[in-house]
Parts: sequence; structure tokens; C-alpha cells
Amino acid sequence: MRKSRKDLINKISTHLLLMVISFIVLMPILLALSVSFQPRAQIFSYPPSLIPDKLYFGNYINAWNLVNMDRLLVNSLLASAIVMFGKLALGVLSGYAFSHFEFKYKKTLFFAILFTLMLPMQVRVVPLFEFVSKLGLANTYSGLVLPFLASATTTFLMRQHFLTIPTSLMESAQLDGCGPFRFLFQILIPLSGPTLAGLATVNFLVMWNAYLWPLIILNSDEMKVAQQGVKMLFTSASERDWGLIMAGTIMVVIPTLIVFLLAQKFFVKGIATQGLKE
Amino acid sequence: MKEQDYDSHFSVPYLLILPSMIILTLFLYWPTIQSVILSLYRTAPFGARRIYSGFDNYINLFTDPVYRASLLRSAVFVLITIFGGLAVSLILSVLVNQKLKGIKIYRTIFFIPYAISPTVAGSLWVFLLNPVAGHVNYFLDLLFNVQVPWLTNGFFAFIAIIIATIWKNMGFNIIFFLAGLQSIPDSVYESARIDGANSFQIFRKITIPLLSPTTFYLIIMNIIFTVFQSFGIVDIMTQGGPADATNIVIYKLYRDMFVNFRPGLAAAQSVILLILVLIVTFFHFRFGSRGVHYQ
Repeated sequence: MRKSRKDLINKISTHLLLMVISFIVLMPILLALSVSFQPRAQIFSYPPSLIPDKLYFGNYINAWNLVNMDRLLVNSLLASAIVMFGKLALGVLSGYAFSHFEFKYKKTLFFAILFTLMLPMQVRVVPLFEFVSKLGLANTYSGLVLPFLASATTTFLMRQHFLTIPTSLMESAQLDGCGPFRFLFQILIPLSGPTLAGLATVNFLVMWNAYLWPLIILNSDEMKVAQQGVKMLFTSASERDWGLIMAGTIMVVIPTLIVFLLAQKFFVKGIATQGLKE
Repeated sequence: MKEQDYDSHFSVPYLLILPSMIILTLFLYWPTIQSVILSLYRTAPFGARRIYSGFDNYINLFTDPVYRASLLRSAVFVLITIFGGLAVSLILSVLVNQKLKGIKIYRTIFFIPYAISPTVAGSLWVFLLNPVAGHVNYFLDLLFNVQVPWLTNGFFAFIAIIIATIWKNMGFNIIFFLAGLQSIPDSVYESARIDGANSFQIFRKITIPLLSPTTFYLIIMNIIFTVFQSFGIVDIMTQGGPADATNIVIYKLYRDMFVNFRPGLAAAQSVILLILVLIVTFFHFRFGSRGVHYQ
């Protein structure tokens, strides 16, 4: 009896501690949310208030109009969706080559793909910008997404996953006269749901969160992406209008949070198995 | 390895790899090679003409006190961010590595900042740290009666980008520490407890050594992305200022290219970063599975 009571107290205090820490970790988001619903007068009152008096939507409307948020969000959504599908498609194909085929220079080619992990955007951004501009793709969707379409990580993880599928499956498929492409599409891919979902989430978020490349390659307001919108809020809002800036920031982060929370299980697995950022 | 499957389709694997190879060659390998070439040229002012200049860009960089200061600043930034970040993450991981109802909710909360972009993270922290309406200074004033000039003082601006970076990358570290902690069998802890070790001793003598492969891996990954990923945070929070106090290498590179229009000089900085990445990766492969404790 005494032991279980001590246990209970222990549990409650751990919960309390974790709640306080969770609150601190989420503080930047919670306070931004709070401020985004406050009118200017309340934001600059002293002491600063933690909870809005009443829900004020003016900041959201103003932020939306100031930076053309609809356009930015659509651009980001399109780019992220294209990159997500592109990486998955190319990664599935190349992963399949390395998991189920023997061919000349297999090891060299595999290494050549993995080596690109050493070449982050920042070490090639200058010539990449010149190259994509020369192709006439500056300030276009194609220029924005092309450099991201293939990925060593996705190739590697698809290969790892395909290797776990029993060989007997393939042997019987071959005996039944099932060709390599039918085998891929009708057997391997349907068996890869969770792996594909994990990679899709990570790849979507990587593109949604990308900033340096869009900043460099996009220059007209109607082509810009949501992350650039955050910067635009700072440069175009009149003298530190925090309510507006935080409202805009919240709008940019909401899709991230939705994707993360929906696919959390896959996302964490995706990160834990790849352990790589691009 | 599987052998000669589908051997009648000898061209199939090459076709499968081709799309990836085209993209990677055009947009990853080719620009990297170009970076190396470009770093040996300088651009004539007001002209597109490029003049071969050998190692001049490198010599200029390494004799330039601004660049040397930026390198040193980045090293300090990386060190503090990694040390602080790993310490915080480890403590939080131990806390959420308990069998407790609802523990998954806390884990999810701790992962959230990692899904958020550097730009958004920067924006949230600029607001929190601003002197007029920000809450951090309000509480510091309330508790300790101090007003910290977060983004207007060089030293504090440096601390500010470190805080934002640690906050943003914590989730990544926790995912790995948690996986590492869960791979330590309960029997190890039990026998330590039977031998009379207290929680702190267990943490120091068992948890930390057994986690060292994870820690080593995390240090490597953190070096790479603290150097590269902090661009968004710096661009929103400080733009490298005040007075260069947060002008880390990646930000200087960007400015030399796209503000000062000196592609050769910027490319040389890219190559220096590339060499650093290769060195770090070499260490990863060379010592990744050695000198650290596996059970």
C-alpha cells in the first residue's frame, strides 16, 4: 500500500515536471499564437498579456493581404508536392535497381549516388544559380524544384526496404512470367506503404522549409514561397507590428504542423532510419 | 546479395538509375565542380569577364581578418550549440524514456520544433526576445530586474541565435538519444541498482558510456547542420549583425555572392566548406565504430 502511494506521487510529480518543460518548449509557438490574436494596443501594453482579451482576427487579414499569403502558400504547396513525388518516384526506381539487380559498375554507381550527401546546397549554390539561370529557369517552378528532385537518402532507404522483402516472392513472380516493372509496381510498391509514407513526409517538409535556394532563384513576388513570406513580413510590416508578423508566421507554420502531426509516426521513423538532413 | 535476377533484362537497372543520375549530375556534381573552377577566377568589376587568378581568392580569404573572424565565430557557434544542444536533449530524452501513461504526447511535443523551418524558428525568437513587447525580457525584468539587449548587442545576439538553433534542432537529437536509451537493456540498470548505485551514478557510469555511439553520430550530424542550416535563423534574426557579431561562414558566403557580387570569392568559400564537410565525414567513417562503446 505505501509503495503504491509513493509510486503515485512519483508519477504525478514526473507528469508535472514534463508538463512544465513541454510548456517551455512550446512557449515560442504559444506566445506567437497569443500575440497574433491581440490588437496592437494590447500587445504593447505593460505587462505583456499572455492571453488575448478577445479573439482579434485583424492581424491575420492584414498579414494575408500584405504579403499575398495565398499565392505564397500555393507556391510552397506545389513545389513541396512536386519534390515529394519526384524524390519518391526516382528513389523507388533507383533503389529497386540496387536491391534486385546485378550489373556492371553497381558499386561505383551506388557510391556515386551516396556521395552526393557530401554536397549540400551551400557548397554549390553559386554555380548552381548561374547554371539554372543560364537554362532560363530562374524565377520558375522548374528552376525551383529541379535541383531537389533526386535524393541519395530516398534511394538508399528504398533499397534497404526492398532488400527486406523475401526473395521467394520474386522467384515465384518470375516463374509466373511477371516482368521486372510489373513486379515493382504490383508487388514491391504495395508492400512499401509505411516506408513511402515516412519518406513522403520528410521530403515534403524539407522542401516546405527550404529557404536559401528559393531566396536566390525566385525574385518576383508572385513566384515566392511561404518561407520568404516570413522575411517579407519583417521587411514590409510597419515598424515592428508584432501581431501581424506573428499572424503571418503562424500561417506559414500551420501546414508544417498539420503534416507533422498527421504523419508523426512515419516522420519520426523516417528520421530515425535515415538520420540525415538535406 | 541477390544474383542475376532478371538477367535477360540487362539494360533495366541502368534505365532505373538514369533519371536519378541525370538530376544528381546536373544539379549536384556539375555545380560542385564548377565551384572549384570558379574559385580560381575573379570577376572584373562591372563586367561579366572572368580572369584566371589562381589561388588569389583563397589567399585573400585567409589573409582577410573578417573571414578569419567569421571562421572562428562559426567554430565557437558550432561548439556551444552542439554542447548545449546535446546536454539539453539528453536530459529531456531521459525524462521521456519512462514508462508512463501519455508519455508519447510529451515526446511529440519535444519533436515539434524540429519540424519547423529555420525561418519560422527565427521569427518566433525575434518576437520573444524583442525588448518592447517580448516576454523573455519581461520575465527577466520581473525575476532578476535586468533588461537584456538581445538583438542589438553583439554578444547577446550571438547567444540569441544559439538559443534558437538549439531549440530548433533539439527534436532531432531526442529522437536518436531515445532510440539509444531504449536499446540499453533493463538488466544493466537492475544489476547496477542491486550493487547500490544511485540514479546519478547510473546516469554517469552506465547511460552516458553506453550512449557514446549515438552521441558521436549526433556530434557529426550536428556539426554539418549547424554550419549549414543556421542560414535561415541568422537571416531572419540578425542578418549577420550587429557589427558582424553573428556573421557566420554560411551567411558571409551568401552576402559575398548575392549582395557584394563576388562569385569567385563566394565559390572559394564554398570549396572551403566542402573540404570541411569531407573531413568531418572522413572522421565519421574512420572512427564511427571505433573508440566508442558498443555493447
